[in-house]
Amino acid sequence: MSAEEIKREELVPIFIMGKRYEVPSSITIQKALEYAGYQLIRGCGCRGGICGACGTVYRFPGSYKIEIGLACQTVVQPNMYLTQIPFFPATKSIYDIEKIKPTIETLVKAYPELLRCLQCNTCTKSCPMDIEVMDYIAAAMRGDVARLAELSFDCVMCGLCTARCPAEICQYNIAILGRRLYGKYIALKAEHLASMVKEVEKGKYEQMLRGLMDTDEETLKDLYNKREIEPEQAAEDWTPKDKIYL
Amino acid sequence: MPYTSELKELIKKVEATRPARVEKKKRGEEFPLLSLKEREERLKKYHPDFKEGSRKEIRVGPNKGYAISPEIVNLLEAKSRLNPDVIDLNRVAYETDILVLGGGGAGTAAALIAQENGAKVLIATKLRHGDANTMMAEGGIQAATKGTKDSPYYHYLDVLGGGHFKNPPELVYTLVTEAPKVLAWLEGLGCMFTKFPEGRLQTLHGGGTSRKRMHYAADITGAEIMRTLRDEARNRVEQIKVLEFSPAVELILNEYGHCAGAVLYNLETEEYFIVKAKAVVMATGGSGRLHIQGFMTTNHYGATGDGLILGYRAGVKLCFLHSVQYHPTGAVFPEQAEGLLITEKFRGAGANVLNIEGEQFVNEREPRDVESSCFIRECTEIGKGIPTPTGKLGIWLDSPMIDIVMGEGVVKREFPGKFILFKRYGIDISKEPMLVYPTLHYQNGGLEYNSRCETSIPGFFSAGEVSGGVHGENRLMGNSLLDVCVFGRIAGISASEYVRGKFKDGKLTLDHVRRYHKELEEAGIITDRVAPMLLPDYSNPQVRERQLTAHYLGTIR
Repeated sequence: MSAEEIKREELVPIFIMGKRYEVPSSITIQKALEYAGYQLIRGCGCRGGICGACGTVYRFPGSYKIEIGLACQTVVQPNMYLTQIPFFPATKSIYDIEKIKPTIETLVKAYPELLRCLQCNTCTKSCPMDIEVMDYIAAAMRGDVARLAELSFDCVMCGLCTARCPAEICQYNIAILGRRLYGKYIALKAEHLASMVKEVEKGKYEQMLRGLMDTDEETLKDLYNKREIEPEQAAEDWTPKDKIYL
Repeated sequence: MPYTSELKELIKKVEATRPARVEKKKRGEEFPLLSLKEREERLKKYHPDFKEGSRKEIRVGPNKGYAISPEIVNLLEAKSRLNPDVIDLNRVAYETDILVLGGGGAGTAAALIAQENGAKVLIATKLRHGDANTMMAEGGIQAATKGTKDSPYYHYLDVLGGGHFKNPPELVYTLVTEAPKVLAWLEGLGCMFTKFPEGRLQTLHGGGTSRKRMHYAADITGAEIMRTLRDEARNRVEQIKVLEFSPAVELILNEYGHCAGAVLYNLETEEYFIVKAKAVVMATGGSGRLHIQGFMTTNHYGATGDGLILGYRAGVKLCFLHSVQYHPTGAVFPEQAEGLLITEKFRGAGANVLNIEGEQFVNEREPRDVESSCFIRECTEIGKGIPTPTGKLGIWLDSPMIDIVMGEGVVKREFPGKFILFKRYGIDISKEPMLVYPTLHYQNGGLEYNSRCETSIPGFFSAGEVSGGVHGENRLMGNSLLDVCVFGRIAGISASEYVRGKFKDGKLTLDHVRRYHKELEEAGIITDRVAPMLLPDYSNPQVRERQLTAHYLGTIR
C-alpha cells in the first residue's frame, strides 16, 4: 500500500505495549508497528504466516480474554492492547535420531515434563494456527507418535503455547520430535527412492547424461520439444512409450 | 476481508464456465502449451526483464559493463558499512574451522555435512536460525525417484528447457544426479513427505516438468525441510554454534588472497565482531526485498541480496543476474495478503487460470517466466484482468475445481496453510477462486561457482540462491529446495576438505574493501549509499521527518 493510500484510510487507535498509536484500519499488526515508527528486527520473519517469528498477544479493554495471532496475518482492531512475544525460552532435548525409537519412552525421556499436562487446553486456545495442541500432547502421553505428528503438522513453532502453559511444557519441541520419529520410523520407506539412489550410484544414467551435456543447443531444443509429457490425469502406474532413458 | 460484491459478481462468470472446464480436465484435454518460439515471443514482449530501464550496467568490479537490475547495481555501487581503517582485525571474537553465512536451507545443510566431516562450524545469520526463503517454499522438491517413468535424464532436459538452455551443464548434472540422494537423506532425517500408505512418495507436476516428480509435504514443504534441518543442527550444538541477529557485513581475506572470515554486525547491540575461519560458506539467499521494478515479493524479510555484495567486493564474478524470476501467482486480494505466495502446486493439482470472462488464456503449467508473461499480457494488452478494490489487476486461480476433479476435501487437506489463511479473511478457497498476479520471487543468478561450490577465491564457497548458474535464466518450481540441499551439502564437503587440505593461515586483511572504495572513486561514483542493505526500508516517511536526531546508515537506524 502506498503512503497516499494509507493516508486516505480511516485511522483507528491501537495500544502497542500500552502506548497509543493511530494506524490505518485495514493493515496487519506488523505493518501497523512499522507505520507507528518501529523498525522491526525481532518479531518479523517471513511476513507470510509460516516462520513463527511474530507471535503476538492482545486484549481489549474490559475483556478478560487473552487473544493471540501472528502479527503478519492479523488485521488491527480498534483499541487492542498488544505485545509481541518474539522469543520465549524453551527446553530442547538433544537426541541422536539414528539411535532412538518411536515410543512413549523416547518422548518421556526427552521431555519428562510432558506428563505434567493439566489438560487445561490453554495451549490449544493460544495457537494461531488452530492446531489442537492439547490433543497432540495427549497423543504424546499415550505414546501415539503418529497422531502426535499428524495433529501438529501445521505448527510454525511460534512458542505461544509454551509461553502460556501452566505445566511449563514446551509443546512445539515435543511436536517436532514426534514428527521426525514418524517420518523416519513409522511412515513406510519409499522403496522406489532407495532403488533409484542405488541406480544413480551404480552410474546407470552416467552415459546418457554425459551425452546430453555434450549435445549442442539446437539438438537439445529438439529433444526437449519431443520429450513425452506425463498426462496430468495419468494414474500413478503410468509409463512412457519411450523407455530408453529410464 | 471477504470478496466485495463486485468481485462476487465476477466470480459468477468463473462458476459459469467451470462445469465445462472440469469435464475437459477429466477427459485429459489441456489448453495447448506454447512452442519454444511462442514462449520466446511472449517473454520478449511482456516479461519484466525485457522492459525498458530494467537493466543498468555495473561500472566497477569484476563484471564491469554487465547490465542487471538497477536496484542491485545501486547496492554494488555503494560503500562498505565499515571504514577498514577503524577496525582492528587482531581483535578476533570467534575462531572456527568453517564460518557459514546464512541460516537457511543451504547454510544449515552445509553446516550439518561439514560437521559430519569433522569440522567445527559457526553459523552466522541475520535474523533467527531458519528465517529464510527455504522456510517459505511451499510447493515441493523435484527429484527423479520413480524409475518406471522418470530418470535424471528427463529432469536434466526439463531444467535446461526452463533455463533457456543457458545453464552450465556440470551444475545441472550435479543437481539432477544428487536429487534422489537428497530425498533419501531428508527421509532419513525424518522429514514427513506426503506418501501413499505403502511408503511410495506422492508426486505432482510443476510448470515445465515432463514427469510428475514434485515431492511435497502438504503445502509447507520448505517449512518441513527447514524445521527438520534446524532441529538436527540443534542436536549437534557442541560442534555447530549459531549466532543469530548477526549478519555479515564484509568478508575478510588473508595475505594470500584466501577467504579467512567475516565481519559480523550485531543488529541488537550495534557492535561489529571479527570471525576468523579457515573456510567460509556463503549461503545468504536471495534479494526479493529489493522490490525490483516496484514489484511486491514473496520473499523473506531478510532477502536483501547481502551475499552478492560481499562476494563481489571480494572479487567473485556474478552471473545470470540479468534475469529475475516473477512467480505467476502472488495474492492480490485481500490487501493484507498482497504478494503472498500461492504455491504452484495449486496449478500442479489442476486449477485453471482465468481472465475476467472466466476463460482460459494459457495452460496453467507453463514455466514460471512464460506463465507470468501471459498473465501480464492478459491484464495489459488484452485488457481482461480482474480489477481489485485497490486499483490493481489480477487473474483468477480456480482452486474450487481441484475439489470437484479430485474429490471433496482435497483443497483443505493438501493446502492446509493457505486454506486456514484465507478462511481467516472470510474466503473459502475450496468454494471461491483466488485472485493472483506475478510477484517477485527468485534471484535466478548470483555468485559464480562450480559444481563443488568453489568460487574464484580459495576458501570461499557458495551455495543456494546467492549462487548463479544451475537454473540458467529461469528456475523451475521445486528446484530451489533441491538446490539448497544439493549444493548446501556439497559446500559442506568441499569446505571441510579445504580445511583439512589446502588451507593456509595468514594475516587478515580488508585491503579488498579499500581497493573497491578506490575503484568507486575512480569511476566517479560519489555516493553515500552503503551495502549490504541488511533490512528493507518499510519506515513511515512522516515518522522519519520527526526523527530529528536519528542517524541512519543505509536503511538501518
